[in-house]
Order: sequence, then C-alpha cells, then structure tokens
Amino acid sequence: MLTPNSQAKQLILLSGKGGTGKTSLSAAFAHLSQKSGHPIPAIFVDADVDAANLGLVLQPDGAQQHEFWGGSIAEIDPENCIGCGRCEEVCRYDAALPTDEKHTLYEIDPLACDGCAACVYACPQDAINMTRQQEGLWFHSHAKYGDIFHAELFPGKENSGKLVTTIKQQARLAAEDNAIPLLIIDGPPGIGCPVISASAGADLALIVTEPSKAGIHDLKRIFETLRHFRIPALICINKADIYPQGVQEILRYADEQQSEVIAEIPFDASITHAMVQGQPVTVYAPHSPASRVIHDLWSTVVQRLNQTED
Amino acid sequence: MRIAVASGKGGTGKTTVATSLALSLANEQNIRFLDCDVEAPNAHLFLNPSFTKRQDAAILIPEIDAEQCTLCGKCVEVCQFHALAKVGKSILTFAQLCHGCGSCTWNCPVNAIQEIPNPIGKLESGLTPESIQFSRGVLTISEPMSTPIIRQLKRWEQPQPEQLTILDSPPGASCAVVETLRGADFALLVTEPTPFGLHDLNQIIGIVQEFNIPAGVVVNRDGIGNDVINAFHDKHNIPVLLRIPFSLEIAAGLSAGTSLIEIKPDLRQEFLHMFTQITRIVKTTEEGEK
Repeated sequence: MLTPNSQAKQLILLSGKGGTGKTSLSAAFAHLSQKSGHPIPAIFVDADVDAANLGLVLQPDGAQQHEFWGGSIAEIDPENCIGCGRCEEVCRYDAALPTDEKHTLYEIDPLACDGCAACVYACPQDAINMTRQQEGLWFHSHAKYGDIFHAELFPGKENSGKLVTTIKQQARLAAEDNAIPLLIIDGPPGIGCPVISASAGADLALIVTEPSKAGIHDLKRIFETLRHFRIPALICINKADIYPQGVQEILRYADEQQSEVIAEIPFDASITHAMVQGQPVTVYAPHSPASRVIHDLWSTVVQRLNQTED
Repeated sequence: MRIAVASGKGGTGKTTVATSLALSLANEQNIRFLDCDVEAPNAHLFLNPSFTKRQDAAILIPEIDAEQCTLCGKCVEVCQFHALAKVGKSILTFAQLCHGCGSCTWNCPVNAIQEIPNPIGKLESGLTPESIQFSRGVLTISEPMSTPIIRQLKRWEQPQPEQLTILDSPPGASCAVVETLRGADFALLVTEPTPFGLHDLNQIIGIVQEFNIPAGVVVNRDGIGNDVINAFHDKHNIPVLLRIPFSLEIAAGLSAGTSLIEIKPDLRQEFLHMFTQITRIVKTTEEGEK
C-alpha cells in the first residue's frame, strides 16, 4: 500500500520512442499526487539525464549540487611518448592518433576514448595515464509538489546509465529517511543502458505511446524489454485521436500481451501551452480534455500501484 | 558528404526530416541512409527498404581456457569495466559489462584467453524503391550497449565515391549521439519551438561545437509553442534552414507511415533548397579550413 510505513513504490514512465509525452505526464502526476483528496507524499526523479526537462515544469531550486565523476580516459604524456604507435595498434575506438604526419607523437581524442586502458598497458614507455572525468552534476532539489532528484550529463559523455543509477539510489535513500511511499520516475527514451538503469527495481511501468507506426514499433520494443526484466507494464496512448487505426492496433497488441490500455489522452494543444508556461497541464488547464483523462489515469495508476506486491 | 540529423530531445522529427531529405534528393543523388537510432529504429517505416543483407553486430568477449588459466588475476586487474571477476577457483565473465576492448586477451601472461563474438544486435541493409542504399542497426532487447552497433553500422558498408550519406541519430546527447556525429560534415538539428526543444538543442550544440562541425536548425511543428528558437539563433549564430508548420493533417499522415513530402509535396522544393544551403555551408567551411 502507498502508506508511509512501507518501502517506497517506484512508478516509471517510459516510451521507447521519444517525444510521446512522458515528461508532460510526469509533471501532471507530480501535481495530482499532491492535489487529490488523499495526497501521497512523493519524490520525483528525472532519469532522462541527457535531455532533462522535468525541471522546466517543476522548477527545482538546485539546493544541493553534487559532482558526478564517471569513468576515466587515457592521456599521453608528450614528454615520454616516443611515437612508437603501439597505442594506435591496440585501440579499437580510433582514439589514439599521431599528432603530425611523421608520427613523432601520439595523443588521445577524449571524445573517442572509451576508457578501456588497453593503451596504458601496451605503452612501452609508461607514458599513458588514466584520468578520471567529471561527467556531469546531480541535484537534490526542493520543487513544486515535493523533492526532485535530477542531473545534467555534460554533452557527449558516457555513463548516462551510471548517473541514472546514482540519482535513483539517492532518491530511494531520501524516501526511506523521510518515510515517503512513492517515487515517480520520468524515464529516458530508447531501450538501452539508461532505460535499464532507470527501470531497475520499478514496481510498475506506464508506457506512454502514440498511435503512430513509429510509436507502436517502439512500444513493442520497450514492452518486451520490460517483460525481460519482469516489470509489470501498463499502456496509455497520447494524442489518441490523431490516428484511430493506430489505437486499434495498440488495443489488439495490449490484449495479445495480456497488458492493458488504461487511458487514451486526446490530442490537446493545452499540453504544449502548459509546457510553454512552465506548468503541469492539470494546473494550467484543469478542465481541458487532456487534463480530464489524466485525472482518471492518475486514479487508476494509484489503484494499480496499491495492488503491486510490497 | 555526410549529413547527420540529430536533436537532443526525442520525438522532434529527426526521422521525418532525414527520410524526407533522402526522398527529395533520391532522383538526383546517390544516397546512403544509415538509421543510427538502434534502440528505436523507425526510418524503415517511411523508406520501405527490402533488406537483402544481414549480419550480427557483436562485441568480442573473452573466453578463458580453464586448463591454461593460472588464476593470476591480470585480466581482472586490466579490465576497467568489471566484466571479469575472480571467484574461488575460476574467472567469471560478465558479457553485458564487456566493452570488447581486447585488453584482457593481450595482457594474459599465458595466452589463456581467446576472443569470441557475443551478438548484441544486428545490421541490415537493402535498397528502397527509390534506390536509396538503406542500412540500419538494431539493438537486441535487454542488451544495454547501443554505441558499438552504431560504430559497426558506420563501417559496415563503405560509401561509394560522390555518395551522399544521411545519418538518422538517436535522441539525447550522450555517447551514442557522439558516435553518430563523429566524422559528419554537417549537423542538421531538428527541434520544436518549445522550452523542452530549446533546452535539449542547447545540449546537443555542446557536442557539435566540440567536433567543430557546421550546423543548421530545422524547426518542426512551427506554431505549436513559443518562438524560443530566434533567441537560440542570436546566441549561437546557427541558421534556421527550414520551418515545417504544425498541422493535424501532417501528424495523421506521419502516423500512418506516409513520408512528409508525400503528405505535403510542396515541401520537396524547400528540402531541395535546404540541401543547396547545406552544400554551400559545407563548401565554405572546407575552404575556410584550407
């Protein structure tokens, strides 16, 4: 049950395809979790660390800022490099390159380096060292409707999965310390490393899809991914009236997979207008067609979370 | 020339723009199209290739010959990704953590390790009805690492001389996007006129600037939000090359798998015009570098 006595339940919003409305819906859930007759204390997690947008609506204060140190990358000491090229031979990422045409010196392209250190062990001069990289920042903030854990991965960095794991762990600890029963996690697009990290330990996934060929193609991929990790998944269709044939196809798919479509949110310009105003749609336009459906959707999600095993 | 279509934010229309650019030019250019969004590949839905070639995308992982292994632990020491562990009287391999760098194999003092391919996805290619040479990578469900597949996809089939390569990037701004943009001559950044679109456009600009590749912006669904993109243009001096208006007709057509230039044939001229501008910018940049 969503009571302060139990371990926090984790609700994650995912989609496969990007831009289906995960963040707009997460923001509305943040609002509704505090608004309804029985508010549920919740902590929010923006797990889309390379395109972190939940904060643009929930407006966190950035109260606590922490450095995120990811993996290391190689660096060649030009004083000791003799230009033998062993580093280039062993590097499978094309990161070790001569600095000039005569190959007198080599250097590492930091954007290409995978951090494997093969060159470090291959260098006969011991001229290569691994240097740890700060790859981003993470924050524990006070925001509208509750605390939020969010992060910024510096552009082009690796380890977004590790950063997601970091903020999720911190959010779980904070929930435990303050007897908060619910984490609402705004997930990343795709099905790979950051999605797997964001979904680990989730009690329920809500897949936000759209009734397009591309949306449905990627819905199937995220659904199978969640099934592989044994995370129960429900489906909601956003922009449902744009292409009714697509809705029929999703309903059939949900049926075949013994899942369920629990909401069909109509296309509604107020969702975008709310985003422009920096508000959840349920605050900006509480009686809009989308907000009405989202109200009911939230009630269903709470009910289903209560039914998940403790 | 290689044009990478990227965005930061997901769902802004990368695939819509990349496929429409390819279709607009198909009559006059020899085109190679790479769908690098290996976690959620969608370009085939609009270009309808017939796949005639398939290959596993694999990472080389270590296989340890227990009879030769002396349990010295060197392989565990050199692995930076904790993909090997010494447990009791054996060395365990965790395939999903392995980056396939080869370091353990070379550093084993008794040559007890050989590398074996561990498939994490597949590569597929074939021609579209317009004779676009289409290829894509597909990450296997539950596998975490997409970047090695993108790297292999880019090297799989070499471009022919004078061929125009269009790369459809994954969303985000992390390593998979870096791999897609590496070596591109031009970055075409697709955004939508909203605070989310602008925020994520600023993320990807960081990568584009580090690579020092020229870029241009496509504003998709123009009219749905606010005009934050002009401020972006003023700050970074990156030109807006095309605006695609928002319309429910376009949204419905794309949902059905119809390409943008079939829904709005008038836009073909605008895509061709954009391509002329891109060609000019790339040429000017190359001359500047000389």
